[in-house]
Amino acid sequence: MGTSELLWNGLAAILTLAIFSFLYRDNPFYKFAERLVAGVSAGYWTMLLYHTSFTDKVIVPIFQQNEWWYIIPSILGLMMWTRFSRKWSWLSRISLAFYIGISAGVALPISMYASIYKQLEASMVPIAFDMAGINSVLVTIGLICSLAYFFFSKEHSGLFGKVSRVGIYTLMIGFGAGFGLTVMGRISLFIDRVLFLKDYILALFGA
Amino acid sequence: MTIYEKMMNIDRRWIYLIVGFAVLVPAIFPFTVPVAITPEVRSVYKFVEELKPGDYLFLGIDYDPSTMAELHPMSKAIMAQCFKKDVKLIITALSQNGPGMAEQLINEISTKYDKKNHIDYCFLGYKPYPGITILNMGVNFKLTFPNDYYKVPLDSIPVMRGIRNYTDCKGVIDVCAGNIADMWIGFGNGRYGVPLALGVTGVMAADYYPYLQSGQIFGLMPGMKGAAEYETLADYKTTGIKSMAYQTTSHIIILMFIIISNIGFFLSRKKAKLG
Repeated sequence: MGTSELLWNGLAAILTLAIFSFLYRDNPFYKFAERLVAGVSAGYWTMLLYHTSFTDKVIVPIFQQNEWWYIIPSILGLMMWTRFSRKWSWLSRISLAFYIGISAGVALPISMYASIYKQLEASMVPIAFDMAGINSVLVTIGLICSLAYFFFSKEHSGLFGKVSRVGIYTLMIGFGAGFGLTVMGRISLFIDRVLFLKDYILALFGA
Repeated sequence: MTIYEKMMNIDRRWIYLIVGFAVLVPAIFPFTVPVAITPEVRSVYKFVEELKPGDYLFLGIDYDPSTMAELHPMSKAIMAQCFKKDVKLIITALSQNGPGMAEQLINEISTKYDKKNHIDYCFLGYKPYPGITILNMGVNFKLTFPNDYYKVPLDSIPVMRGIRNYTDCKGVIDVCAGNIADMWIGFGNGRYGVPLALGVTGVMAADYYPYLQSGQIFGLMPGMKGAAEYETLADYKTTGIKSMAYQTTSHIIILMFIIISNIGFFLSRKKAKLG
């Protein structure tokens, strides 16, 4: 590790420790590191958007390639900024309506297909007498029982109560799996920092 | 406060401290743990392994530095496997803080395998609105990316010659954090039927197993464990496999805390019942 890298990594190590200091309590070191991250991210993103969006989709087509029709979306984009004026803010609604209309039109049919129809199809497969078949039966039972738990028009007692109880257990298994994976994810981030600090300390002392 | 109540109300700072010490144990006394390979990770590896030299693979590095701890190891292993097999890569970075990080990663691995930009791979970079970007790329990569990340027109890039859209790629592997995975499932697989595999963070993993069962994705690499499995299969061992020892010690401690608080809960409930 060269001197320059050692210095930059030293700064990164100090900022890492500043962030971890929040585990004890809120403090100025944590606040500084947190705001630095937010500021750097915002600055990076602004420049990235300028170069990948504004330059590529406004400046180059209109001024260099004479594709004048790019003026229309540019005007719609500018109209978004009228939100800052009480008098002209109504103009931004046109751009928003255009944006939401397109987004909904594009996303709704595909989301229905990918997240609902395909998932329903996967829970209605023919029963096979193997491990996959047993799995399908368990998924179907879990699905029906979980849906029963969210059916509030009937009192959860008797047989229906037992079915909804199985639904709760199914949901709990799902939440448990989610919790376990979340723990793994959060610990992974911590481990990465510990490995970074360990490597930095070893490099600092020339090991 | 009774002993049971104390068991249920341990100060969170003690928990952090003890977990911190647990994570330090493998750093001081290194050891390895065996990694069992799951079918969902094996299928991703098998898919890449069956590609022939000159085949194209679309690799999404759609995450930013906040999740690189979990996702970088799997991206590295996949990229290394592709370069070893002379598979051509088309790469995007659709997370707004990710392009710089992705570029650094690509440079590191391509240098290691002596692979050249524009010859062996093409880094398209970032465009806002991932859903629209993914949809447009299904028609033509040039619609969304007339130029690559380095502002070189796609028409003049040798590796992109004759490559129009996803149909020219054997499949898509998206290593991602956040809802870009949903967009790949909906727009990439749902709209264009592209074979899709995902590498996701641990937090996201449970949400994406249903897509594996429905066949909308052919493989799934969940978090650090998925990365460790892929590293083992691809024989490209970096932080994924190394971190499994750290995961083991910290998980043992967390399990101990869960058991302690549950014992406290059940004993206090029993005591309350007895009066």
